[in-house]
Amino acid sequence: MPDEKPVPPKPAPKPPAVMAATPWKSDLTRELNDRFGEGVCQCLSYVGQNFIVVGPQMVVALISYLKVGPGFDYLVDITAVDWPQRAERFELVYILYSFARNERVRIKTQIADGYRPASVVAVHLTANWLEREVFDMFGIEFTGHPDLRRILMPDEWQGHPLRKDYSILQQDQRWVQENLDGASGQ
Amino acid sequence: MPDTTFLDSTELVLNMGPQHPSTHGVLRVILKLDGEKILGTDCVIGYLHRGVEKIAEARTYAQFNPYVDRLDYVAAVSNGLGYCLAVEKLLNVEASPRAQAVRVILTELNRIASHVLWLGTHALDIGAITPVFYCFREREEILKIFEQYCGARLTTHAFRIGGLQYEIYDGFEQEVKAFCDMFLPKVDEYEELLTNNRIWMSRLKNVGILNAEDCKRYGVTGPVLRAAGVHWDLRKAQPYSGYEKYDFEIPTRDNGDTYDRYSVRMQEMRQAVRIIRQAVEGIPEGPIMAKVPKVIKPPVGEAYVSIEAPKGELGYYIVSDGSTQPYRVRVRPPSFVNLQALDRMVRGALIADVVAVIGTLDIVLGEVDR
Repeated sequence: MPDEKPVPPKPAPKPPAVMAATPWKSDLTRELNDRFGEGVCQCLSYVGQNFIVVGPQMVVALISYLKVGPGFDYLVDITAVDWPQRAERFELVYILYSFARNERVRIKTQIADGYRPASVVAVHLTANWLEREVFDMFGIEFTGHPDLRRILMPDEWQGHPLRKDYSILQQDQRWVQENLDGASGQ
Repeated sequence: MPDTTFLDSTELVLNMGPQHPSTHGVLRVILKLDGEKILGTDCVIGYLHRGVEKIAEARTYAQFNPYVDRLDYVAAVSNGLGYCLAVEKLLNVEASPRAQAVRVILTELNRIASHVLWLGTHALDIGAITPVFYCFREREEILKIFEQYCGARLTTHAFRIGGLQYEIYDGFEQEVKAFCDMFLPKVDEYEELLTNNRIWMSRLKNVGILNAEDCKRYGVTGPVLRAAGVHWDLRKAQPYSGYEKYDFEIPTRDNGDTYDRYSVRMQEMRQAVRIIRQAVEGIPEGPIMAKVPKVIKPPVGEAYVSIEAPKGELGYYIVSDGSTQPYRVRVRPPSFVNLQALDRMVRGALIADVVAVIGTLDIVLGEVDR
């Protein structure tokens, strides 16, 4: 009679890995805590790069303060990351740089689908096209933007391509039929 | 008395592009005109949009590497360097000293190739036909070196994550040195043709002024920022790939007009030769690849790494979810951001100045549209 092999216990499901960020403490983070209150700005650091996580309603105030006070006068980029399984689906990322301090910092905030974050065009003019691209690619509408139109995709296009539920082969068939005589290139 | 009531006093809307030789690709600019004076512009872009950032999410880290060459296709080596540095940051590896030296040589050669292409086409737009032939002649020498090194002339895919694609070939150093010796007198030759040329000066001086304050508000970087007097270059401010070891200067000018941007780029070519000469003198021995796993799987996290590309700050923001494919790749293209300042630069100017300003912004539509 063959030995009955004991069934190996199922391995416990791995917890989802998270970014191994460490707290970031400096004169700047203390200054932010003094100004906005303890715990409002969560200051973290990963691979030597610093970032601040705040609530969406705080973004404009924080970026304006960083521009005037500590001198983060150059808005490098605005972008977003889609996490469909999270309750607050989109992560908005603002990258700032200070010429005087030669220092970079990222501002990150979580927003739900349909939330309309405030535009930062009034603080940094360069945000105009960058926010238009985020709107075009993710469908995030910025309130107070002077000219919120699509920028890379055609104006009549349906859908926002960089959302995770937009398949890589998907396209707006109606637009292709009407404008390209049905020749899609795919 | 002539009856003037039939004269239409409303503004005239003129379409420039997308099929227009001086827009350097498929850029459409809608100009609102009062006579020949520009009241406002609206850029229509996206004709070359290929969804590169979306493609990245369906490729592995190594598979996506060749795609970045197609962004700024006249400076493919710089694009590749930025991407490799960003993934290396996530993996926490650094290229070997030998790989870094070769990377600097090839990237600076590519900067020269990008700048001579800009010079030739910019001069052509203004009406100077001769320089473009000279510029392509010198660019050809650089492309021959690229071809000899990796088999490709434009979309080179020269670097790998962790180091280099190939070991340098026999005679690489001699060829690069010979190019440097040959090239410097050629820059003088270009300058003889243009710098003090009366037509060139009157078309360029005080045209499309963008001062330092406006540059910062619009996030403009690269030679455009330096021509406005801001002494800022990422190779000096936040050195990467061993740029801190080389002795070179950052050329700047004060007026921020088209002519200053021209002279900044001319000086940058000379400085690039200076860097190449130092780098090629002592390429360290050693491996060309750092210890990188066969399957690239960066830990969960994110990083933003930027380099000084020929056009300005080129950044990659990569988010990793711990799998073999990037969760999100964002390219921060210098051309896209710089192009936004076009409206500010040409308001109140003439149509002919738009051509000069687009040329001097040195945009590549592959990078604007991605």
